[in-house]
Parts: sequence; structure tokens; C-alpha cells
Amino acid sequence: MIYLTKITVNLITGRTIQQGVSMEAGKEKEDYMKSCGIIELDAADIAQLGIWKNSNVRVSSDFGTVVVKAIPTTQGPHPGLAWIPMGPWANMVVDTNTYSTGMPTFKGTRVTVEPAENEKVLSSIDLVLVACGDKE
Amino acid sequence: MTEILIKNGFVFDPVQGINGDKKDIAIKDGVIVESVSSAAKVIDASGMTVMAGGVDIHSHVAGAKVNVGRNFRPEDKLQAVYEPARGVRHMAGGNSVPTVFKTAYKYADMGYTTVMEAAMPPLYARHTHEEMRDTPIIDQAALPLFGNNWFILEYLKNGEMDNATAYISWLLRSTKGYGIKCVNPGGTEAWAWGLNCMTINDPVPYFEITPKEIVAGLIAANEALHLPHSLHLHGNNLGNPGNYQTTLDTLKIAEGFKPNNTFGRDQVLHHTHIQFHSYGGTTWADFESKGAEVMDYINKNPQLTCDIGFVTLDETTTMTGDGPFEYHLTALNHLKWANTDVEVECGSGIVPYVYSKDIYVCGVQWSIGLEMALLAKDHMRCYLTTDHPNAGPFTRYPRVMKWLMSEKARDEVFASMKSEDKVRDRSTLGGIDRELTLYEIAMMTRAGTAKALGFGGKLGGLVPGMQADVAVYPYNPETESDPEQIEWAFSNAKYLIKSGEVIINDSEIVSNGNKQTYWVDVKTKASTQVEHDLSEMFRKYYTVSERNYEVEEKSFMKNPNVIAIDATL
Amino acid sequence: MTKLVTDIICPFCGTLCDDIEVEVSDDGKQILKVMNACAIGAEKFLHAQSPDRIVRPRMKQEDGSWKEVTYDEAAQYTAKILCDAKKPLMYGWSSTSCEAQATGHMIAELVGGIVDNTATVCHGPSLIAVHDVGIPSCTLGEVKNRADRVIFWGCNPAHAHPRHMSRYSIFSRGFFTTKGSKSRKVIVVDPRPTDTASVADYHVQVEQGRDYELLDAMRVALQEGPLPETVAGVPKEKIYELARLLKSGRFVTIFFGMGVTHSLGKNHNIDIAIALTSDLNKYTKAAIIPMRGHYNVTGSGQVLGWQFGFPFCVDLSRGFARYNPGESSANDLLMRGEVDASFVIGSDPGSHFPFKSVKKIHDLPSVCIDPHMTPTVAVSKCHVPVALVGIEIGGSCYRMDNVPIESRKVVDPPAGMLTDGEFLELVLAEVKRIKGVAA
Repeated sequence: MIYLTKITVNLITGRTIQQGVSMEAGKEKEDYMKSCGIIELDAADIAQLGIWKNSNVRVSSDFGTVVVKAIPTTQGPHPGLAWIPMGPWANMVVDTNTYSTGMPTFKGTRVTVEPAENEKVLSSIDLVLVACGDKE
Repeated sequence: MTEILIKNGFVFDPVQGINGDKKDIAIKDGVIVESVSSAAKVIDASGMTVMAGGVDIHSHVAGAKVNVGRNFRPEDKLQAVYEPARGVRHMAGGNSVPTVFKTAYKYADMGYTTVMEAAMPPLYARHTHEEMRDTPIIDQAALPLFGNNWFILEYLKNGEMDNATAYISWLLRSTKGYGIKCVNPGGTEAWAWGLNCMTINDPVPYFEITPKEIVAGLIAANEALHLPHSLHLHGNNLGNPGNYQTTLDTLKIAEGFKPNNTFGRDQVLHHTHIQFHSYGGTTWADFESKGAEVMDYINKNPQLTCDIGFVTLDETTTMTGDGPFEYHLTALNHLKWANTDVEVECGSGIVPYVYSKDIYVCGVQWSIGLEMALLAKDHMRCYLTTDHPNAGPFTRYPRVMKWLMSEKARDEVFASMKSEDKVRDRSTLGGIDRELTLYEIAMMTRAGTAKALGFGGKLGGLVPGMQADVAVYPYNPETESDPEQIEWAFSNAKYLIKSGEVIINDSEIVSNGNKQTYWVDVKTKASTQVEHDLSEMFRKYYTVSERNYEVEEKSFMKNPNVIAIDATL
Repeated sequence: MTKLVTDIICPFCGTLCDDIEVEVSDDGKQILKVMNACAIGAEKFLHAQSPDRIVRPRMKQEDGSWKEVTYDEAAQYTAKILCDAKKPLMYGWSSTSCEAQATGHMIAELVGGIVDNTATVCHGPSLIAVHDVGIPSCTLGEVKNRADRVIFWGCNPAHAHPRHMSRYSIFSRGFFTTKGSKSRKVIVVDPRPTDTASVADYHVQVEQGRDYELLDAMRVALQEGPLPETVAGVPKEKIYELARLLKSGRFVTIFFGMGVTHSLGKNHNIDIAIALTSDLNKYTKAAIIPMRGHYNVTGSGQVLGWQFGFPFCVDLSRGFARYNPGESSANDLLMRGEVDASFVIGSDPGSHFPFKSVKKIHDLPSVCIDPHMTPTVAVSKCHVPVALVGIEIGGSCYRMDNVPIESRKVVDPPAGMLTDGEFLELVLAEVKRIKGVAA
């Protein structure tokens, strides 16, 4: 089998129970990162990318880029569709267009996913501070 | 406390039989008094009209469906200038569904000081109270809905009057309500299945009780509880051609009942927006007025009062606890439709509506209201409302006064209609030359409404001892002849005093007042059956717990004014 | 001895469960145990007890560290940035009480602020759709007592509103639905086979972003009109089957969520879902209910409605209220650089706005009123921790079906901590002082 170095998928974001629980327990805590600094990929898409599950990947779109951990989907199958729980990680890459409705296009962003085993998933606080240039 | 003397105005006070006499009105400590000291603030009302503060018996100004109306009609804000904040006033906008601030300012400008919110869904009572609390100036109260309530349907079907009254007492206390409102009895419960009750004998699905039994039961319960107000009814079959027969059938239910209260109220049934219920014909093609027939019956039956619900020929927002009617309306005009069915209790619907004078049906509706008011023999029993905002915004009351007081003004409207002849042909209005007097207008807008609501000894008049709610209008009844001045003057009170405090000084709102909210706490014999039923209903069928149901006075009411009644005596 | 407090309102989601029970210590200061709540709700109560809670306001220093200040100093800073700004954004309002919202709006009126709530990234498109086509709806008790057909369209209550299904919509037994889930046919429309779909009778795997087409096809199918072989990835036979299933019900309820409001089409997706509901009323009874997120986002829309006439993104900067989603909405204003101060309360845009907006908050004079540390706090200049509404102070809240419920106080806040209502009163007084308005 030939693995691709990069796959293109359709990204959606939303709530999960782990996202809710960890958010209420403290967004600065590690649990929040573990719950939301992830991307759920369909088994077929993981196979195509040739990565180990639970390894880090870089997700990029026209709107930004972020490192998250790739995990097999928990509510699948949904080949070609990827899921990042709502939170600052997803919001680094979502489509910002509101098309005059006030609502950014949180669901349906074309993203690429590529292996990033040596890169780190940042905590929610570090993620925004680094992106703002307040932190290295 | 300050003293005020309103000097030299033309006073109209039907309570005392004062009909335009020049008279001074003295105020001290928030009430009308015989005389005041020379230190009193003097308001010169020379050449002006003086009346008690207006009392609106039926207006939808606060609560869940009103706010749906505001939020789902951003375009309504474009129908009137959005007024910026100035002085004590907040920003104020909206036309047929104004914000709470605009509601207060416009009522004050019209010289009104008390407004009855006409329909409070019990589960949403807290919302109604939050809006009333945030509405400055005017005193308010609200009527919770009972006519489709499962407890009431069960108790009345089983003839358990003691349980019905104990439950009503509990609900008035829980919702901080003022009296018993009944909208489309049984029909709104039927609407939960997409059905309706079109006559007073249509059984309610599952509950197998008829609207007739519901109305009779609620009148009996109301009198057993000695409530200040009577049953406040919006009957079945509203707005349909030929419905006058249903209306007459409904009004007849009240025959034989006697008022039983210490508040000076004489009626046992108040039928609201009677204009919408006085239609003849079988379709919109042969639609015609039966206002004369219905008013004739009311004239002959002193146990009844009514308000009209005048169509003002405006773009407006209809909203009612009559859920099936609003569905019917959206099917007619194809405008947006909001509906909320409320568990265990009631329902409601909202649809924008344009009463165009180019549409003959709207013209006939306009005629029917005026026709009925002009055929009324006792304006202490027939009141001015627009069922705000259903037949038109309350801000049009002064225009309605103009039409009632001037045949010339009515003829001008007739003449501006596309189908004038057809409209004239469908009611008797064109042949009526009666012009109401300011004395009769005062009956329709304060003396009569206050009495019907059970505020007779306190509001609606200028008798020493009454609450000092006084409006001074820049209108000289001796010299004025232009009907347009009626509309202008009664939209622009020169002075308004509420509970002895100056709210409008020289046409400018200078105070947000000290609004009160009335509610009725009636004591009945305890009913273990009702306690048991409440506990079961909350456990099984409501989605809020019994403990979270009651509206707390301290959180949700500004200056609560509780009227306590002991119905066990 | 411990005390049991009952009938507590959960201040997490729009389901607004009011049957939570909490065991508190004898002195009323400690929450020991939370019962009946879902995992998320329980965590919210327990986090209030966290020993590392921030209990005093603080200002960010040049070096990025925080310096503790008094509530008065924080209120002065807040009032100053609001008064200095031409167009301050006052965002959030969804995790606080209606009373605090009303106080905040009075500040906004004086400073000419723009008041937007979390509907702007949640059900804002639904509110716009309601302007277009209305909304036939009902309370959740009607669903519980009557609904025999329930659709979850683009929403996943198993994760987002965990007790919704048992309290109201699937498993609950009501007056005419005595057999609970056996009384109902449940349909989930979602591009993923979600955990909610796993307890439903039907899962319709719509292609992501093509909800409008499928809803339109449902309207056609109600009239038995012609359809292509597949619509949005769904075979036409299945669409006809669903349409007949809905028409055969006595009471249909459609719940919808971010799957439709966040996807392309946005308000138009809701328009047609509402139109489908209206159509269904020709055959049976039908209602539609948005699955509102924050426990009091609905209340924010209500208070804005009765005070100013609009449900979200209300622009008071011109001296009167204006409303124009897309122009006066938070993300558009931030991303276009049209606001000059940021005030956030009862929400975390730092986590839930696209980063492009978050960066703008970072670059502005800013204050964040929030009980806990959040990414919004991290990018703000001033952080004002406050007592938790619904746990340490009561107040009025509105459920997703607009039913108002008064939340309760369960325990005292940490000593010396203000509620957000109290802090806003301080700010209001200071704004009045700066503006020379009588108190």
C-alpha cells in the first residue's frame, strides 16, 4: 500500500461529552487538551495517511494551522469527514466566513492532515498565547 | 410628601357625574384630597381637559408571546422612529410591539396609568412579571389563562367546584396573577392535536367537556372566590364569518349568575374584543356586521361588560392564546407564523397582519367596532381597546376617540376606502350620526374599566381618597372643533400624575415613577385532592418541579400590591 | 451532618434541568456530592469548589504576568475602556442571569456599546430564520406528553444535552406517551452515526452541508411529489418513507442544532426546516425547537428583546438600537477591526471564536468577567472572577423552549468575591460618574 503524505478531508466541529466535562473542570488543565486537542478520523482515512493512531498530526486550512492528536473516530464510520471537538484547536483552522449572517462557517472546512509526530499539542492557553505572539 | 393643585381645568369624571365643569383637583400624599395648603405645586390647567389616569382593561404588553412578537419582527422597529435616550428616558423603539420602555412612555403620553396584561400563560408567568417589572411608570397586573388548563378541565367535568376554586387560588398565588382569563375555551387544548372547538358544544378531545361547561364553571368559580374582576373571556370561533351566533350562545351562559364581591363590580362576565366575535355571513364573500345584534344583547344584560378591540387600519402583529386562530390566519395571509403550545395549560400564536383600508373585509371590521361602540347604551359597560396589538397598536386609542367623537372623521375614512360602498353596505355605521362626548370617552377609558376590574373605589375617578392618577390634556372642550385635535391632544398629555408623583410635566416625561404590580391572594378551604393532583402533575407531566414553579414576589415584582381576599367566609 | 438541597437548576446547558440535588456540608460552604446531574453539570458544580480558584480581579502586566487589583479598580478600568471607546463590543451574557444582563445593558446604553450574545456562534442563524418564516413551537412538556415522532436534525443530545432524551424527548413517559420510547419513532439526521443515532429508530446519514436539499426533498415527499434517485446521499425511497412516517404521527417535534446553523446555508437551512414543520401542520400537529447551548443564552435574547426589540447583536453605538447580523455581530466586527474595546462576560470567545477574532480581542483594551481561567482571560488585559450564577447566586434563566426558571444559590461564593451583577453595578455607577449622569 502506498501511504499519502497528506490527505484532504472535510472538517466539522462540535460538542462531545468529554469536551463538556473537561471544559467545566478547567480549560487550562491537561484534560481539556486531551479532550479537544484531537482530530477524529475515519479508519479508512487513518489507513491512507499511514500513521499510528494517537500520533500527532498537523491540520491546515486556508484559515490557519494547528497540531492535534489523531484518533480513530468514536462516532463513525464517516470516511472523508474529520471531527475536532469545538474549542481553540478547531478554531485555528475553521472557515471564518460569515456570509453576512454573523456566523462563521464552523462546519465544512476543507483541511489537509499530515503527520507531525515530532510536534507538540499545546494547551488551550499556550495555543492562543503563542498564536498571539505573547509566548514563544 | 408634595401637594399638587390642578387648577381651572375642565374636569370629566363619570364616577362623580362631573361633566366638563371647571374644577380644581387637589392631591396630597399620593391620593386625591378635598383641599391642599398654599404650599402646593400649582398646575394651571386652564383651557385643558382633566381626567383620572386611564385604565386599560385588555392589552398584550408583557410576556412570552409579546417578546416573540418583538424578536421575530425586526421590521416593526422600522414602522416608527426609534427614539434615543434622553433625560430619564431609555432608548425606545417598536411600533405594534414596542419595547417595555416605549410601552410605558406611550401610555403615559396618552394619560394612561394602569394597564391589565390580558393573557399570562402560567408556566411563563415569571417572564410576564420580568417585563412588567422593567416597564416603568404604569401600574400593571396580569390575567393568567385557565380555559384550557388540565386541572380545570378535569375538576369542572367532574363538578368539583371546591377543587376548581382551590386550584385557581393556588395558581393565582403561584403566578402572582390578578384574575381568571379564558381564551378559546377547550379550543386551544384541541389545538395541541391540530383541532379546535368552533361552537360552545364541541367536546374537547380526550377531556370530553364542552366550552359551555368550562365558561359556566369558571364564572361560578370566579364568584365563589369573590374576585375583584369577573371572568375575562375570549370566546370560541374568533374572527370567522357567522361567529356572532357562537358569541350570543356564549354570552347567554352568564344568564342567572350574580356578582359576588366587595369591589363594586357588577358584571359576572367580561367578553373581550367583542368586535372580532360579531361577524355575520357564511364566507368572506358575504361577510357582514352583526354588531348591532350582539350589542343589543349586551345592552339588555347588565351582568355583562365588553371591550371592543377596534380595528385601526394599521400594519400590526396579532398575538393570542387562541393557537388555532393564528394558524387559520397564517393560512389566510401567508405571513410568518409563531406558535407555542404550553404543557398542561394553554397555547398561543403570533402572525403579523396588515389591516388595509383597500381590503373591504378590513374596512368592515373597522366599521363593526365603531358601530358597536356607538350603539352601546351604557359606556360604563363598553370599553375602548384595540386588543393591542391585535386590532391595532394601543397608540391609536386617540385616533379611535376621534372616530367615536366625530362623524366627519369617520366619513373621511369611509371616503378613502377603495370599496366604500361595499363597506358601508355591510354594517349600519354609515347611518349612525351619534358622536360620543368626552364624558362617555372617560367612561370607556377609565371609570368603566376601573369598575369592571374591581378597582372602582381606587382608580378611574377623581374622588377624594382615590389614588392620585390624573391626566391633563391640551384640549379645550368648549372651543375646539377640529377632530384632528382630539387625536393630537389625547396622544400628548400636558401633565400626568401617578400616585401623586409628576410623571409628565409640560409634555415632557420627567420621572419613571414608582410603578406597582397588583396581584390577588385569595384564601380558600384547603383541598387535599388538589395538593395530591399538583404533586402528581408536577412529578409526571410538567417539566419543571413544583418548587421551581412559583414566581417570587421579591425577585420579580416591583412594588407588589397584593389584594387579599378570604373566600372561606 | 450534611444538608441535602433539592430542586436545583443546573447552570450548564439549555436543557436547564431543575431536579439537581446537592449534598452540602453542615456550614453550607462545601459541595460534597452532586446528584441527578449529567457528567458535565456535575463537573460544573464541583469545579466551583476547586482549591486553585482565582478569587480576586487582576490586571495583566507588561511582562504578561498578572497583578491582583481590587474590584473597585477593576470596575474603574472597565468603565474607562468602555467610555473611552467609540464602539465597544460587549459580548457573552449567556452564562449569567437575566438580572445581570439587564444591568449590563444599561451600561451599554450609556457607553454606546454593541451587545451580542453567544447565539452569534450558536443559534443566531435560527433567530434570523425566525424573522423570515416564524416558528411553530411548543414547550418541552408538550414533547414529553404528546410527541410520537421526534427528529434530531444536526444535533447530538447524547453529547451536548445529555439529559434531554430522558427528561423530554425519547425515554420520558408523559400523559399521552405512557410507554416512553416505545411511544415514539425517533429519527436522527446527521452526517455521522452519532451516539444519539444509536438509540434512534432511524439514522439518515445526510452528506455534510446538504441539509437544505434534504429538507426540501422532505417537503416534496410530504406531497408525494417526484424526487431524484438520491438527495444529499439519501435514497428517495427512504425520504418517502420518512415523510409518511411523520404524517402518520399525532405530534411531530423537530429538534435541530449546530449541524444546520454552522453549515453552509445557515439561516436558510433553518428557514426550510421551519417551513417543513409548518407544512406538517396540514397533516398533523408539528413543532420545532432549537437546541440552545448555554443555559441562559435564551434569556439574553429575551432581555434584549423586551428592552431593545432585537434578540442578539444589538448595536447601541448610534444612540438608538440597531440590528444587522453580519454587520453588528461580534465576529464580523472583530475580524473587520470595527470595535475599539472588548468586554466579555459569561462566555469564552477565546475558545469558541475563530482565532482571527481572538487575536483582535488580544490587541484591544479588554476585560473578561469569568469565574475561571479561560483562553479569553489569557488574551485579556483585565480578569474579573465572579461568583457562579446558579451555584453561588440565584437569578432568572430561560430554558431552550423559552420557559423561565429561577436558578438557586446552593453555597456561598469564596469570601469577598462579588457576583457579576454586583460588579456590573460598580461599573454602571462609575460609567454614570464619568458621563455625568445622575445616579
